[in-house]
Amino acid sequence: MRVCIVGCGAVGSLFAANLARLDDVEVWAYDLSREHVDAINAHGLRLSGAGEVVGRLRATVDAGEIPPCEFGIVATKAMHTSAAIVATAHAFAEGCVATVQNGLGNEEAIAEHVERVIRGTTFPAGKILEPGHVQWDVKGDTTLGPFEPQPAPMAEIERLADACTRGGMPTKAVSDARGPQWRKVIFNASTNPIGALTGLTHGRVCERPDLRQLVSGLVDEGKAVAAAQGIELDADPEELIDHAAKPEVAYGHKASMLQDVEARRTTEIDYLNGGIVRFGREHEVPTPLNQAIWALVKGVEDSWTK
Amino acid sequence: MRVVVAGAGTIGSLFAAHLARVADVAVLTRRDSHARALNEDGLHVSGRSDFTATVRASADPAELGGADLVLVACKGGDLEPLAARLAGHFAGATVMTTQNGLGAEAIVAAHGDWPLLSAVTFMSGTRHDDTHVEYVLDTATWIGPYRGTTRAEAEEVAELIRSAGLKAEAFDDLRPAQWSKLIFNATVNSVSALTGLPHDFHFAEGMLGDLVHALVDEGKAVAAAAGVALGEDPWEMNVHATQRGHAHYPSMLEDVSAHRPTEIELITGSLVREAAEHGVPVPLHTALYRLVKAKEASYS
Repeated sequence: MRVCIVGCGAVGSLFAANLARLDDVEVWAYDLSREHVDAINAHGLRLSGAGEVVGRLRATVDAGEIPPCEFGIVATKAMHTSAAIVATAHAFAEGCVATVQNGLGNEEAIAEHVERVIRGTTFPAGKILEPGHVQWDVKGDTTLGPFEPQPAPMAEIERLADACTRGGMPTKAVSDARGPQWRKVIFNASTNPIGALTGLTHGRVCERPDLRQLVSGLVDEGKAVAAAQGIELDADPEELIDHAAKPEVAYGHKASMLQDVEARRTTEIDYLNGGIVRFGREHEVPTPLNQAIWALVKGVEDSWTK
Repeated sequence: MRVVVAGAGTIGSLFAAHLARVADVAVLTRRDSHARALNEDGLHVSGRSDFTATVRASADPAELGGADLVLVACKGGDLEPLAARLAGHFAGATVMTTQNGLGAEAIVAAHGDWPLLSAVTFMSGTRHDDTHVEYVLDTATWIGPYRGTTRAEAEEVAELIRSAGLKAEAFDDLRPAQWSKLIFNATVNSVSALTGLPHDFHFAEGMLGDLVHALVDEGKAVAAAAGVALGEDPWEMNVHATQRGHAHYPSMLEDVSAHRPTEIELITGSLVREAAEHGVPVPLHTALYRLVKAKEASYS
């Protein structure tokens, strides 16, 4: 089986290195960072932290080098999905492409250029320490399922999930993958921008009762939009939020969006709160708080170009 | 005419320096060192005006002598302790508040039986040091009667301020103007503090413009429930202010940038409390109030 990881950042690297351990899987990685790509080709892709892995794979900055693949796993930041899939779509003419990205709208963007699409959500996380070397912070599950308008065959989804699981990334193939996806999106949309706007860590956001209420207001809107689409969340995002606030879990964690804002990088707000607002409009569910938070974070981004 | 300016921040310094050209002005400071600097060097104004005024200053109200008019010009959060220091002094003077938000008059009224005027000011500046303030926006101060005063007395003070080279206008009832400014400030200051954007075109168009409009609408609903007919339309004030040609940095943005406490409690806080009292839902102002409070908490 040949798999290409599209976007070999922290999350993409977790999939790439782990899948590369399997004898029956040939792994390619497409990424725009030449340093990272060169280091991977020279020394392999190294993970440390939650697991110690060195994966041997073929990395490239040139999408034209990628041979036909049975599977793609897109792991770029959400704002780069379209550009990445336009560049690599030729490799998936006969294959299926899964997304393990944050936010809403990635499947739709991929489906504009690829026939068979797999909806996905992943919880493992990490960060790039240096070119070719990724810190694996948290292990976690991945869920894959058909993207309803342009589905990949269930047997293929099961084959990819099986490979990921054997490689050390526990993955389930399900017929409706929207529940885990919306749970994660609601979690992220209700907490990340609050950290980004206030500068507080996840735990400090949750221990201010008035702010925690605002988080719940955002969660409630997200749940209403999910419900209007007939999506059953696989667990309550509120539980995930309270769990993460525990000192031993992620009390002191600065949300990635706060890290983005501090580094003045464009955030994923358009695909989180922006996604909830867009789906809300489509299904006539009002989302005034998500809309306000979306506008405020866009304002933060606009303030950098003054 | 003897004028005491209580509080020598940006607004207090602008009033004191300009009024010193037409009246006998004394400045009540918080720090002795500030008073000494003013007595020795005077008060320099740059920007739209350029002169150095001679003023008397002291951190002790008893040293300032009598007054016909006391102009209270501190930030809202400093008002209670400043009003307490005025207690027992300046008998016979009329006292005028200039703070943002609602409720400044009642705080001062609790510390003495002076006749009171109520004012809101739109002028702005930048305080460079103890004896140098830059005059940035030459917008007006609006004045109205509050307790034991009349429109005529408000007009007299407005005339005094105008003769000093600043803009001022008197009203029969200040509340319509005060509420217009409250809604304007509650909206613009908190959005600016959270986004880091100066008050520019972003506030009048696109997604952020939609949010600003929705915040103004919440404020209007509260005013209506409180029985206040607004003066200027806060949305039009917003649009107009963004078309001035240069971007204004609201004080709340400067406060969060410098990790200082903001006036959120007095501004958005008053609006949210009025809304609760009248049973008007203000979910967006409530969200912004909580976010700005939390941003203040992030300093430590």
